[in-house]
Amino acid sequence: MKRPAETLCLGVESTADDFGVGIVSFNGEILANASSAYIPEEGGIHPREAARHHAEAADKVLNEALAKAEVNPRDLSLIAFAQGPGLGPCLRTGATVARALASYLDIPLVGVNHSVAHIEIGKLETGAVDPVTLYVSGGNTLVSAFDAGRYRVFGETLDIALGNCLDVFAREAGLKHKRGMPLGAALEQLAADGEKLISLPYVVKGMDLSLSGLLTAATTLLHKGEYRLEDLCYSLQEHAFSMVTEVTERALAHTEKKEVLLTGGVAANKRLQSMLSSIAEEHDAKFNVVPRQFATDNGAMIAWTGVLAHRHGLVTPVEESFVKLRWRLEKVDVPWLK
Amino acid sequence: MVKVDSKTLLKKGAEASLFLASWHGRRVIVKARFPKKYRPAELDEKIRGYRTAHEPQLMHEAKKAGVPTPTIFLVDMKQAAITMEFVEGKQVEQVLPHASQKERQELCVKIGRLIGKLHRHGVIHGDLTTSNMILDGEGKIFLVDFGLGEKNAEVEARGVDLHLMKRTLQSTHYQFAEDCFRNVKTGYSAVLGAEDAEKVFEKICEIERRGRYVEERKQAS
Repeated sequence: MKRPAETLCLGVESTADDFGVGIVSFNGEILANASSAYIPEEGGIHPREAARHHAEAADKVLNEALAKAEVNPRDLSLIAFAQGPGLGPCLRTGATVARALASYLDIPLVGVNHSVAHIEIGKLETGAVDPVTLYVSGGNTLVSAFDAGRYRVFGETLDIALGNCLDVFAREAGLKHKRGMPLGAALEQLAADGEKLISLPYVVKGMDLSLSGLLTAATTLLHKGEYRLEDLCYSLQEHAFSMVTEVTERALAHTEKKEVLLTGGVAANKRLQSMLSSIAEEHDAKFNVVPRQFATDNGAMIAWTGVLAHRHGLVTPVEESFVKLRWRLEKVDVPWLK
Repeated sequence: MVKVDSKTLLKKGAEASLFLASWHGRRVIVKARFPKKYRPAELDEKIRGYRTAHEPQLMHEAKKAGVPTPTIFLVDMKQAAITMEFVEGKQVEQVLPHASQKERQELCVKIGRLIGKLHRHGVIHGDLTTSNMILDGEGKIFLVDFGLGEKNAEVEARGVDLHLMKRTLQSTHYQFAEDCFRNVKTGYSAVLGAEDAEKVFEKICEIERRGRYVEERKQAS
């Protein structure tokens, strides 16, 4: 093997539709980040079907990551896995892979929180130290900042997640999921050709927001067929993004932090990036966005968070490694931060 | 902008900027909602206009309900700016951490009573945080920032409103959040009546279960 004997962590991600394996060195170098996505033939994620995909893809993704990193499994010194939050069958599949690896290699196992991992990979990749984070994906929409030992949730969606809102609308509009082109990206492309802003519900309640009414209104207008699809996509994005940007700005004004971090799958959207960048500038804060390959769910973020946790003495004995479907961000101790 | 003799920026918020100004020899606050560059101008004007028009109306309604709010002097729709009374005092956010347990308890019961009065009168504040509550020298609590409020007497709206108070306590005053919120509920019940208040408390539980990854959901389903 080419690699010198450095300390390495392998991370397994399987909270939703992606099965990912990442290999990260203890000093934060990402050696591999392989993944396979479950793409439903129609509709959204079917948890059991997604889990089956993960079980079938595990072997291939694992080997791909090891080959990319040029490491032998025996060179690994830690196994991390996404313990939650997420879909039960999917989480359990990843956890099973992680437990098997740790037991077979006789190395420690550490369960990490998926939301924390999205924030930590964003910080590692952008150099942000103490940001107000907007984490937006298919399953999560929250604004968080670190305070007194934990990532506190300052605002979040009261119903559906931003990515979910965009995906459902895209599917209703007949957009198809293509390899390398998520639904959200297809919608973003159409929105770029929008000209007319159609009035839709804008619901901000304090620091929280609600997206379900917006989705219903946009879908209703879509089926009426009176508007151009481009204009609807544009209007949906403008309303939804303005809402998340407004609550992020509120958290920024409230905490007076000097960095903004955009992370999660929807972070890849250029329009959202420009809105967030605008409020960062307004408050003399530095804007950071996670690189595209680490925006969606990935194994590298789990591996890196595993390193951080392990460095501070956290391990998860196999008998305590049951998955936590509803493991909220603010319930997680992050002893590596002060 | 509103005609004032002098003006200094007091607080640059996310939603609006607050200026300390003098108006006919009076100390006033000018609350200005400047355009937000990030959102389309059409949407921006709609949001700023709506909030500027509704906020003074709701503050007036709150007064009728017996809840202290700053007196409105001028509303400039064109500039989306409101000129109002300057209330001398401290934000409850700053007072709570330094208060004794007994003081904290009294403050929270009082806050609960105020929210109860608002809700009984069909007013939803929309942004019940401890930084939007000002404690004056006489122990009177003023509620400010009704920009996200509405006229609504539904249990759902009341629940969301009070839920936000709970969330603020949890994120800003997590050391004694539970204690504080229990006392807020006590004051709230005393004004709204146990039966109506209980409906709102049940609604809060329901709202929490709707949220992402909530432990209580396990028992509910």
